Amino acid sequence: MRKALPVLVVLAAILGIWWLAVAPMNIRIALDGAERSGAAVVPEGARERQEVSVWALMARNPDLVPLSYAQERPRLPTPGQVATEFWDTTGAMALDGRAMSRRSLLFHAWITLQSTFWGFLLGTSLGIAGAIGIVYSRTLNLSLMPWAIISQTIPIVALAPMIIVLASQLGIEERGVPKAIISAYLCFFPVLVGMVSGLRSPAAAQLDLLRTYSATPSQGFWKLRLPASVPYLFASLKVGIAAALVGTIVGELPTGAIRGLGARILIGDQFGTPLAIWAALFMAAILAGVLVTFLDLAQRVTLRRMGLAEAAR
Amino acid sequence: MTAPLFFALLFWLAAWGVNVKLANAPGRDSLGVRIVVPLLFGAALIVLWEGLVRHFEVLPVILPAPSVVWETFLASTEILWVDFQQTVLKGALRGYAIGCAVAVLCAIAIDRSAFLTRGLLPVGNFVAALPIIGIAPILVSWFGFDWQSKAAVVVVMVFFPVLVNTVQGLREADAMQRDLMRTYAASYRQTLWKLRLPAAMPFVFNGLKIATTLALIGAIVAEYFGSPTRGMGFRISISVGSLSIDLVWAEIAVAALAGTVFYGLVAFIEKRVTFWHPTNRK
Repeated sequence: MRKALPVLVVLAAILGIWWLAVAPMNIRIALDGAERSGAAVVPEGARERQEVSVWALMARNPDLVPLSYAQERPRLPTPGQVATEFWDTTGAMALDGRAMSRRSLLFHAWITLQSTFWGFLLGTSLGIAGAIGIVYSRTLNLSLMPWAIISQTIPIVALAPMIIVLASQLGIEERGVPKAIISAYLCFFPVLVGMVSGLRSPAAAQLDLLRTYSATPSQGFWKLRLPASVPYLFASLKVGIAAALVGTIVGELPTGAIRGLGARILIGDQFGTPLAIWAALFMAAILAGVLVTFLDLAQRVTLRRMGLAEAAR
Repeated sequence: MTAPLFFALLFWLAAWGVNVKLANAPGRDSLGVRIVVPLLFGAALIVLWEGLVRHFEVLPVILPAPSVVWETFLASTEILWVDFQQTVLKGALRGYAIGCAVAVLCAIAIDRSAFLTRGLLPVGNFVAALPIIGIAPILVSWFGFDWQSKAAVVVVMVFFPVLVNTVQGLREADAMQRDLMRTYAASYRQTLWKLRLPAAMPFVFNGLKIATTLALIGAIVAEYFGSPTRGMGFRISISVGSLSIDLVWAEIAVAALAGTVFYGLVAFIEKRVTFWHPTNRK
C-alpha cells in the first residue's frame, strides 16, 4: 500500500492533466462544428478564430466548451473516449465471440506478439552465442566488441523499410519474417553487451579456484560463468524485449502492412480516426507492460531458486 | 571461383590471420592494437560484401556493393547534407535539447517531494520501456509536417529516460555528505548546486547518452508519417519505394555516423564534467 499510493496519485495526476488539456486542444474544431450546426459562436467564422488564442475562445464561448469533450474525431480524445474505443475493439468483441476478427485489437496484438516473440528468440540466441564467442576468443573480442558498442549508438530502425522491401524482393511472402528480423536486429546488441559483462562477472579468485580444481573450460563455463551471468541476462532480456516490440511496430509502419498494431496506427493516421490510433497505442503499451512484467517475474523466480535473491532486489 | 570472390575470401582470411596474431601478441593491450584490429575486421567485412555481391551478381535493387554506395554517397552529398540538416540539426538536436532540459528541471522539482519521487520512478521506468514511437502520427497531425513535429516526438522520447536517471542521480549524495553541507549552514540551493547536482552527473549523463540514440530514431521514424520533401526518414522511405537502395545505404551511413559522433560528443563532455568519478581517474 505504501508503494502503491504514490504511483496511483501520479497516474491520477497524469489523467487529470490529460483531461484538462482536452478542452484547449479541441476547442477550435468544436466551435467549427457548432457553427455549422447553427449555434452562435464568438467570433464568427473559422478564419477569424485562427487569430484568437484558444484560451480566449474558451472564455468567450463558455457554453460550448463541453463540446470539446464529445468530438467524433478529436485532436486529443478524452481518457473516457479512449477507454470506450479500447473496450469496443477488445472486450466487447471478445464477448461477441469475434475476438480474432480483423477489426479486433486482440487480433492485431496477437500478430504483433508473434513477430516480437520470434524476433526476440532469434536476437537473444544470436546475442548469447556472440557473447560466448567474445568471452572465449580474444580475437573476436578485439574485433567485434567495439562494433557492438558503436552499433548501439546507431538508429538501426532506419533499416526497417529496406528490410521489408528486401524480403519482398527475395520472394518471402510471409510478412512476419521481415518484422521478426527487424526485432531480432534491435534486441541482438543489448543482449550481446549485457551477456558479455555477465559472463565476465566472476572474480579472478573464483576462476583461479576452478583452475586449482583442474576444471575443464566447459566445466568452468557451465558451473561458474553461465550461472554468474544470469542476473545480467535477465536485465538485458528486459531491454531486449522492449526493443523487439519497438522493432516489430516500426516494421509494421511502412505502407502496405494491414495487420498488427503498427498497421492499425498507420491506418488510423491515413483515415483520420484518432481514436483507433490511441486505442492501438494503449494496446501496445499493455503488451509491453505484460512482456516486461512476465520477464520480471521469471527473473525473480529464477534468481530465488538459484539462491541469488539479493541480486534480484 | 571468380576473381572477386577469390580475392575477397583471401583478404578475409589474411585479415583474420593478422587479427589472431595481433590479438595474441605481447602488445595486445596497446592502444594501436585496440584500434587496428576492429578496423581491419570492419574492412574485411566490407571487402567480403563487395566480393560476394560481384561474384553472385546480386541485383543492385537487393544489395548494392559498397563501392556503388560510396559512389552514390559522393554523387549526392548535397541531398545528404540537406537531409542531415533537416533531420539531425533541426529535428533531433532541438528536440534533444528541449527534452533533456525539461526532464532535468522536472527531476529537480520532483525531487523536493519524496512522495512524488516514489510515485514517478515506477511510472517513468514503465514509460521508458514503452514503444513511444507510436505517438509519431499524432504529433505530426498536431504540429504539422516540418521539423517542429519531429522535435516534439524527440522531446517525448528522451524525456522519461533522462527524468528517471536524474531523479536517481539526485539521491546519490549520501547522508554523511548532506550532513556536512548542513553543518556549513548551506541553503537548499547551495546544497543542490555544489553537492547533489555534481554527484548526480554520472547518472544524468547515462540518461543523456541513452537519449542520443532515441533522438535520432524519433526524428527519422517520425518522418515516415509525413515531412517536407527533405529529411533522412523521408528520403529513406521514398528511395525504398523507387528501389534506389544505394541512396538508402548512403543515408544509413550518414545516420550511423551522426549517431556515433553525437554519442561521442556527449561521452566527451561527460569525461570533462565527471573527471572526479572513479571510472575516469587515471
